[in-house]
Amino acid sequence: MLDLFRLRMKHGNQAIPDVTSAELMETHRGFPVIDESKYSGDWRKITDVCPSGAIKMNPISIDLGKCVFCGECERVSDGAIKFTNKHKTGSIERDHLIVYSGESHEAYREKAIEARKEIRRLFGHSLKLRQVSAGGCNGCEMELNACSNVNFDMGRFGIDFVASPRHADGIVITGPITKNMAPALRDAYNSIGDPKIVIAVGACAISAGVFSGSGKLNRSFLEEIKIDLFVPGCPPHPLTFVNAVLEFIGMA
Amino acid sequence: MSWLEVVNLQAVPVADIPVLPMDELRRDTIEKIRNGQRLALFFGERTSAGTVVYSIIADDSASRLHIASSNLRDGMKFTSMTPEVSSAYLFERELYEEFQIEPVGHPWLKPLRHGIPGIDEREKQYGFFRMEGEEVHEVGVGPIHAGIIEPGHFRFSCHEEKVYQLEIKLGFQHRGVENLFVTNGSHPIYLEKLAESVAGDTVIGHAGGFIRGIESLSDVKVPRKAKLIRTVALELERIAVHLGDLSALSGDVAYLTGNSVFGALRTKVINTTMAICGNRFGRGMMKTGGVGFDVTPDLARKILGMTDRLDEEAGLAAEVLFSSASVLERFEKTGVVSKETATAIGMVGPAARASGVAVDVRTDHPFGGFEFLPVHKLTLPGGDVFARAYIRYVEIRQSIKIIKEQLGGLTDGEIRQTPSALRPKSLVVSLTEGWRGEIAYIIITDDDGKIRRVKVKDPSFNNWFALSLAVRDEGISDFPLCNKSFDLSYCGFDL
Repeated sequence: MLDLFRLRMKHGNQAIPDVTSAELMETHRGFPVIDESKYSGDWRKITDVCPSGAIKMNPISIDLGKCVFCGECERVSDGAIKFTNKHKTGSIERDHLIVYSGESHEAYREKAIEARKEIRRLFGHSLKLRQVSAGGCNGCEMELNACSNVNFDMGRFGIDFVASPRHADGIVITGPITKNMAPALRDAYNSIGDPKIVIAVGACAISAGVFSGSGKLNRSFLEEIKIDLFVPGCPPHPLTFVNAVLEFIGMA
Repeated sequence: MSWLEVVNLQAVPVADIPVLPMDELRRDTIEKIRNGQRLALFFGERTSAGTVVYSIIADDSASRLHIASSNLRDGMKFTSMTPEVSSAYLFERELYEEFQIEPVGHPWLKPLRHGIPGIDEREKQYGFFRMEGEEVHEVGVGPIHAGIIEPGHFRFSCHEEKVYQLEIKLGFQHRGVENLFVTNGSHPIYLEKLAESVAGDTVIGHAGGFIRGIESLSDVKVPRKAKLIRTVALELERIAVHLGDLSALSGDVAYLTGNSVFGALRTKVINTTMAICGNRFGRGMMKTGGVGFDVTPDLARKILGMTDRLDEEAGLAAEVLFSSASVLERFEKTGVVSKETATAIGMVGPAARASGVAVDVRTDHPFGGFEFLPVHKLTLPGGDVFARAYIRYVEIRQSIKIIKEQLGGLTDGEIRQTPSALRPKSLVVSLTEGWRGEIAYIIITDDDGKIRRVKVKDPSFNNWFALSLAVRDEGISDFPLCNKSFDLSYCGFDL
């Protein structure tokens, strides 16, 4: 019994007091900043190292929806690409995930997530989500689980993952959507009552990531629905997810 | 004809691998397993003339691997090994599904990763085992489960609350990983990232296994310091997941203190991994020829500080967890897998060790830094949920010791060598002890040194069947607990 008290004392309070202002350590690879002028060589050398085809030329850009945040481009870019520790990278527009040369994190954030009035009214104080992994490697899944642990404690904002789609206000998709999971994903989506939101988490869900060349995927479902929130990363840090959702429902 | 004998990570010309008639390959394989060796892999490769079947047997006590092959023309059959050796059960199903080579006499040759209703025509070939009886009922769970978990279908045949049979149907996560290794074989960085994503909870294990295979096929010499950092990263991964599992196991028996405390400890470990390489799961750490990130003396001190605190706090938390009557009541004698069963079905990793089977690739087939670092194989006799939970705790302590030893010997030096071209027409077997157990990568190159075939085997492939057996005669409400005590990978199995 005494050990139990000692343990509880040692454990203390682990929750991050304010997730909206929390910063990550310097080593974390978050939002990339591009300064085209710093690299004088052939940009194809940089685009070639990218494992997921996220870097494009004319104009030079990084698509956060494809980026796996491995930092390989940074290594060969002579400082033209720098992954900062800024973790707030979520966006409500797919096109907005494309970061151009000279774009600062502040500028990116200005137009990334707009909290609509009706979303705030419907989900602002309680948002229940059903998560479906459709070929996810368990990276995104573990980080989404972590969102509800003692550190990030997303439940304090009324945001929870629930077991039944019937109890859910929206669906959180991870993985590149395998052929074998496509029907189950559609069933889960259809089982959620309207109005509902769709959140795509991780490079795989947003763009199929490193699996984009596979013939074993079936992403047709994504063309039929509207994705309301994109959370980039491989996997996204829990703070990336929590902050994106809080801003989306107008609670940040 | 004698088989080719190699050690882990020894690349050999494909031409050196003996080609036997199929019945001889089969007979030798059975004989070796009966003599106490272990079926590490049994897989095929498509060629222009048909299929080459490779059998790889691990002689764990002698640290040797035996390889032989057989050429089969399309439409050829062979007598199934499964009735003689149970561990061939899934390998033969896989071979049949991928290459249509029929093992005649296999107990139930149904699709392994395909045949999901509504997806393809092979569903007709898939039938669930059914129990008959007026009061028998079936419970179907999945592919989508209650929590944030990967998908898979479980079907229980029960009488009242007792499970008589559990059938696990996987394949929902099939992404065509092995094929992607070949089609993108010319993009080395892509391959590293793909290996990291084979099972995203085993980034260091899988990427390490693949990369060491590639390195063995080329002439690159991994610097000593890089090997040391790799060992630290692998053990940090092991500690982190084991802590996460102890947290989840506590949660499954509604012991919330354990759930919170172990969960918070895990966060500290994966944040340490992020301090090294910028990602909580170790992505970017493993690079062909070395590591992507250095460990400075200052960082090493920080890691050691974390492990010191962890050693103390995990010890205290485990003391509390494993002395709680309500926890022990649920853990003990639940989901027992006997040593005989574990050996027969070819289990690996901590789950096997918790059933008393002394297998650990770090000792049996040393790789990387473990060539100079003997790891004592830890086993427990119980084979129950308690043993699978407790072995995680003792392995955490062991891994902390390994990390301390390694970082104590940290010196200055290079962390990466530039990789060179791969040797043509060669094969390498790369075995790694990931936190779940033995990860195997077989890489075969063609005439030009390009990757022609990659076979991946996650430890989950060996262990899923053990879960089916563990829940027999248990109450169905103990299933989540049994499941978590194995904590197997869906995508690692489905590939």
